[in-house]
Parts: sequence; C-alpha cells; structure tokens
Amino acid sequence: MSFDVKAIRRDFPILNETVHGKPLVYLDNAATTQKPQAVIDTIVDYYTHTNSNVHRGIHTLSQLATNQAENARHIVQKFLNAREDREIIFVRGCTEAMNLVAHSYGALHVNEGDEIIISAQEHHSNIVPWQMLCEEKKALLRIIPINDAGELLLDEYAKLLNERTKLVSVVHVSNTLGTINPIKEITAMAHKYGIPVFVDGAQAVAHFAVDVQDLDVDFYTFSGHKLYAPTGIGVLYGKAEWLEKMPPYHGGGAMIRSVSFEKTTYNELPFKFEAGTPHIEGVIALGAAIEYVWSIGLETISKYEDELLRYGTEQLSQIEGLRIIGTAAHKAGVLSFALADIHPHDVGTILDNDGIAIRTGHHCTQPLMERFGVPALNRASFAFYNTKEEIDALAAGLRKVVRMFVN
Amino acid sequence: MTTDLYQQIILEHSRNPRFLGVLTDAHTQAEEYNRLCGDRITVFVRMRGDVIEQAQFTGSACAIAKSSASLMMTLLQGKTIQEAMDLYNKFQEFLTQKTVNEQTNKTLELGELRALAGVREFPSRIKCALLPWKAMAKAVHPEGKC
Repeated sequence: MSFDVKAIRRDFPILNETVHGKPLVYLDNAATTQKPQAVIDTIVDYYTHTNSNVHRGIHTLSQLATNQAENARHIVQKFLNAREDREIIFVRGCTEAMNLVAHSYGALHVNEGDEIIISAQEHHSNIVPWQMLCEEKKALLRIIPINDAGELLLDEYAKLLNERTKLVSVVHVSNTLGTINPIKEITAMAHKYGIPVFVDGAQAVAHFAVDVQDLDVDFYTFSGHKLYAPTGIGVLYGKAEWLEKMPPYHGGGAMIRSVSFEKTTYNELPFKFEAGTPHIEGVIALGAAIEYVWSIGLETISKYEDELLRYGTEQLSQIEGLRIIGTAAHKAGVLSFALADIHPHDVGTILDNDGIAIRTGHHCTQPLMERFGVPALNRASFAFYNTKEEIDALAAGLRKVVRMFVN
Repeated sequence: MTTDLYQQIILEHSRNPRFLGVLTDAHTQAEEYNRLCGDRITVFVRMRGDVIEQAQFTGSACAIAKSSASLMMTLLQGKTIQEAMDLYNKFQEFLTQKTVNEQTNKTLELGELRALAGVREFPSRIKCALLPWKAMAKAVHPEGKC
C-alpha cells in the first residue's frame, strides 16, 4: 500500500499541539510513542460501556470485559506468533517482565557459581534485576562487549557461553544505539548448551515484525506504551514449557486455583503470573494499538522508518561537530549523537523552545555512556508519523545551537 | 526565550570557566551529582579560619551548571562560610521566586549571578544552576547542616 503520512498524522490528535508557540515536532518515540485516536477511543468506550472486573463475575459486563481482555491476549499471541494464548502474560512493562523472570526463573535455576550473560547495550532494566539476582545467589554476571559501531561481538559471546551459564538476556534493538541484534544467531548459540534466551523487545516491536517461534527465543518482552498503547501495560512471552515449571512471581487473587490456610494451589497459565486485578483497559487498548499497527502494516512501517533514519543520518551528518553514536549496519529508529562539546541538556532546552522534543541524558544506559566516553547524549527517535520536514526542523535547530555555542 | 537563558555572560563563563581545576591543597571538597543528566561538579575549598581563602571546581556539566559554578567562584573567594551560605540562600530564592521585587532584587548583591535569571522560566534547569552551590554547601558544611 502507498504510505500517506499526512493521513496517518490525522490519527494522532496530539500532533496538532503547539509547544512554545511552535508546532510539536515529536522525536522522542523511543521513550514513549503517541497514541492514535483508535486507542484513545477504546479506553473511553471501555469505561463508557464495559467497565467491570475480569474473570470474576457472572454478570454481563464482567463477561464482556473478560472477552475483550482475552481477545487482546489472542491479538498479542498473533502479533508475536506465539504458539498459544497462555504463553502471553500481561505485565506492567518490560521492567516487570525482567524482574518476573529474574525472580521466578532465578529461584528455580540459578545457584552459586552460575553465570548469567547480558550485553554492553542493555538498558538499566536489563542489568539491575540480574545484578540483584546474582548478588542474592552469588552468581556471576557476564557482559557481551560491543565494537565502536555498537555491534555485539559474537566471537566474544561464544567464549562466554559455558556449562555454568544459566540464562542469556539481551536487547533486540538498543534504545541508545539503534543496533538490531542478530537474535536468531544469539539464541541458536545458547541453545547448543541448552541455555534459555530472554529478549528485551522494547524498541523492536513497533518497528518490524517479530516472530518468537522463528527467533526461537525462550522469553520475550515489550512495553505497550512504546507501541502506541497506554503506559502501565506490557507483555511477557514465555515458552509454556518454561512458564509451567517456574514458580509464581506475585501471590494474590486470580493466580490461585484454591486457597486454604494449609495449602494453596496455583492457577494455570497465564493466570499463575497475573495476580490481582489486571490493567484491564490497558490490555484492551494494547489490542487496539496492535490492530492499528496492523492496519498500516509492519512492512510498510519498517520501510518508511528506514527511509526516515537514512534521511536523518544524512542530514545530521552534515552538521559541523556532530558525531553519531551507533553506526551499526543494521539499525532501527534511533539516532543518537554528540554535538561538539555542547552538553545535551543545553541542546535539549534550545530545541524544546522551537517545539522539538528529543531525549537528552544518559538514556538509562550509563555503561554505554562510559563505553563511548560521553557523560550524556542527544537522541532523536522516529515513528511512522514523523516526516522529513520534521528532520529538517531538527537539523535547523541543531545548527542554531551550534551558532549559539561554538564561536 | 532561550536567548534570555543563554545570555552572553553565561555562554562566556561556560566556555572559559574561572577557578577551574583541582585545588591540590584544599582542606575540604565535595561532589554533587545530577542523576537526571549525569552532571557532576566537585568543589574544592581551602580555608583560613572560617574564611574561604581559595575555592575551585572541576566537573562535566551543562552550560548553566558550569557558568553558575564559575560565577559562584568569582563571588566566593575571601567570603566567610556564613556569607557564602547567605549568598547561596539568596540565589536559591532568586531562582525559585516566581516574581522578584525589583528593589529586593537590587539589594540581593548577587552581581553577575543575575545573568542566570532566565533559568526561572525553565524549571527543569533550576537544578543545573544550583548543582555547584549544593556541592559548595556540602564542602563547607560536611556534616550536612546547611
């Protein structure tokens, strides 16, 4: 299908906002994406017509809410191409999914002297839960290094794998560098040792189609709010064979089959991992967001965003003193850069005054900042509603910053 | 407007900070860190009695924090701890008050620090301007009673 970005932009009411009197140029999509009217309407409809608790009531509204929420689970199952709906666990976001697996898988399989492998690209959310687990279990955290382009060194990774390795947890797309990691290869290498692989898909699922069976990953997570859905809802996919063996993470309602003071038996998947009343409107709105993305098509989205990234890289490279950090051969959606020796907060403030929103700071990847020798970075990140004109506005804004600071 | 924020004097001080560098014979030093952006400022102080005989700073920070540190240094030399803390309090008040009475403003004796007035319009940047001052307060009040 042909891609009409003007029509797409009309689906996102926030894009009509002005900031400091200038039209909003929103280039902070890796932090969170804006929400289409279809998603906003779903939330309003839910509270206007359906609001009720799920899996609890016999009354009509409870049935309706349950059906809508379980339909959303089915949508997610198709979205990731999981084998079954019960492999889809609703969580608050990637952070909760990582903590769930660290806690639950860790309790079962990680012991003193064992090793967990992560990569130098990880977000703090894929570092800290494993550090906490390693500290508790006296296990060891090993790190896959990267090259100067920001690509994982697979030879080094191969050397880290051994019979003490209990889990590999890596990011699919780096939130700072934009690198798309070769997950299929990483997984195959770990599986030779029978080691499961957990993948952080926070920056991946909005940009290209993800097939968990094809990748053969054991766990996969993404956050709804980076996929045009609300905050506070996310997904943990896990192969049923792992999830069935793993103990529950949180105890409470919904995750039980029967409770007595002597003994509690746990509910079946996925409910074993969903204690308490879930974020029902978030679940349903996530389903609506995925349907919206499908209506455009992930292939179309990938193609258009690649074009934006290529154009953005070209335009920004021409700015004097600008250094792009993250130059991997395979990248998605993210353009991080240092601008001369101008502090990113100064860059961010000046751009904001022109209505341009980018991320400035350490991007929750402090080890990466150290690796590239910068205290902080500027990051523009794209969604399919962005335009080349917005990238031109960014480039013009950056030139203004340079004029102010470098003389 | 960002031109109000980034006045010439701010840009100039951030490019050529005064009293920059480690003070090797400092009696006390303290670092302050902004978790949000990773800015770090360390303040070094050599005392003579309760007088700040010499103060210097190091760190990596944005133009606002750096210029605030540089301007602070030009004012600190030779001040007593009490005078330095008074200045800190006045400056803090100056940045956080929505409207500053012109008369009060003039009696604040903030000198060139007033160039940072633009920060008032950028709430997220007030922390940047205060970062070096917090480090200074920590250095001269190591027990944290500031």
